[in-house]
Amino acid sequence: MKLRPGQQVASTVDGTRLIVVRAPAEEVALTCGGAEMVDAKQAPAPSGVPAEDAREGTQLGKRYAAEALGIELLCTKPGEGTVAANGTPLVLQGAKPLPASD
Amino acid sequence: MNLTMLLDMAADGFGDRTVIGSRKDGLTAARLRDLSAAAAAQVRAAGAEAVVYLAVNGPAFPLAMFTAARAGVPLVPVNYRLGAEQLAALLANHPNAYGIADETQSEALTRAGLSARTPEDFILEAAQAAEKGVGDQDDAHDAPEAPAVIIYTSGTTSAPKGVLLHHRNLVSYVLGTVEFAAAGDDEASLMSVPPYHIAAVSNVLTNLYAGRRFLTLRNFSPEGWLDLVRAESVTNAMVVPTMLARIVDADGVDRSVPSLRALAYGGAKMTPRVIERALKEWPHIDFVNAYGLTETSSTIAILGPEDHRAAITSDEPLVRARLASAGRPVPSVEVEIRDEAGRPVPAGEGGRIYVRGEQVSGEYAGSGPAVDERGFFDTRDWGRLDEDGYLFVEGRIDDTIIRGAENIAPAEIEDVLLRHPGVADAAVVGVPDEEWGQRVEAVVVPLPGADLDGETLRAYARERLRGSRTPDRIALWTELPRTPTGKIVKRDVVAGLTAADRQTA
Repeated sequence: MKLRPGQQVASTVDGTRLIVVRAPAEEVALTCGGAEMVDAKQAPAPSGVPAEDAREGTQLGKRYAAEALGIELLCTKPGEGTVAANGTPLVLQGAKPLPASD
Repeated sequence: MNLTMLLDMAADGFGDRTVIGSRKDGLTAARLRDLSAAAAAQVRAAGAEAVVYLAVNGPAFPLAMFTAARAGVPLVPVNYRLGAEQLAALLANHPNAYGIADETQSEALTRAGLSARTPEDFILEAAQAAEKGVGDQDDAHDAPEAPAVIIYTSGTTSAPKGVLLHHRNLVSYVLGTVEFAAAGDDEASLMSVPPYHIAAVSNVLTNLYAGRRFLTLRNFSPEGWLDLVRAESVTNAMVVPTMLARIVDADGVDRSVPSLRALAYGGAKMTPRVIERALKEWPHIDFVNAYGLTETSSTIAILGPEDHRAAITSDEPLVRARLASAGRPVPSVEVEIRDEAGRPVPAGEGGRIYVRGEQVSGEYAGSGPAVDERGFFDTRDWGRLDEDGYLFVEGRIDDTIIRGAENIAPAEIEDVLLRHPGVADAAVVGVPDEEWGQRVEAVVVPLPGADLDGETLRAYARERLRGSRTPDRIALWTELPRTPTGKIVKRDVVAGLTAADRQTA
């Protein structure tokens, strides 16, 4: 899938949703629980279950990234499945706090 | 990518947490979602195309913002201090709007043909509708390019313009600068700027997303602010520079604020004397200077707590000078300084400040996006970056004085005058002049008890400035004309100076 910042993606096997913060120029195969993710606007109701070996899960409001690919997603609805890009699980990012300015 | 996504995340992540108002009778995140869904159904039923908010800040303001977002229409916070004529002209842009207005303002809405309800009734009606199970069924309002909020610029240098802040801009700002649910559940934020100021809009979103309880002060006074900080154990607050000046200068008040951890300021230029005094008064507080414009969805550069401490304790002029800077750009924004021909200039050189990023709207109602082919927006501010990337903002391009063939930035002269120990406030303007086109004049407000006169101040300025930049005249006034949010209204300064001339001539 070709991603763009601001786009929301949805899992097809559980309730996981993420928003694209940083998108690579190239297409990526984005999966959740082993199944391909889709644009949230065209998402069908989830069916099936996440694959046994892809149940790391996601946490609400956390960022997931693959530096080498230049991809960063933010979780807007958590789920059970592991989110991966081109077969490699995305890595949970630590907070990068800015002081509150308003 | 809609503002409602941020509220949904908050309600899903910490729905039981009180996020608006006092701890005992405020609104939780889940309650805010329910009320906004119920109120949105009513906005839709009314067929409204916008929600106009003409009232002081309070719990109804965040509710109005999310109600509008859920209903898929923009929120238009309007300046309740506008004159009748200006207000009518502005409201005419929103003929089919759902109106919320303080009792004293509701007549203006009625006259413009809009429905009007008080903020209190707005909350009450939403609660009643929610009780009856009225909810907003339409979940298909993900329209990132639709305007979420329309803010009219203060119009200190030109007629007010409606800035369109799209859902994409505001959400990008929040995701780019705030960590979700990062606030402890004891944290509370106090906002003192009125709702038609961009900081009041972004404050609602950033605090909600961080999980920080949000409080407002209806009408600012130093005593009222200090009392509320202590009564509600406020941990974070935002003020404009004139408010901070009044707080540190107020006589005979208790300035202890043990709960306060962070104080952000922005919206206008800070006087060095005031921030230095605040740093000394409250060494335990983290100070943050934020620079941003309505058109950039609030903050684009931040001078953080460590920068403040480094500047105040340093002997190095470069580091010390940074106390007057806007700090460094936030990671999601790029800043470029360009010369008059549009070429980027190297560090240290002055020019126009351009910015690019997802949070930058740069679009005005009725005209297309005002960004260039590379996506950069012209802030119309003059400034420079130092060698470490600190941004110094030196005032509006429109305030530049052209004396003969020389361009003079008033900020440089104002800085010199403000460093005089007897000066509380200063404004430098160009006054029409037959020989030079414009000549440089200044107005100074002396500190109480200071023995000042124009000629002594001119001598002081001449020692520190080039001759052409020394004001030809320095008048002493008791106060400067400022907008309620602290911006100096330079055209009123010029008008005051020229009127005085006509009287004495």
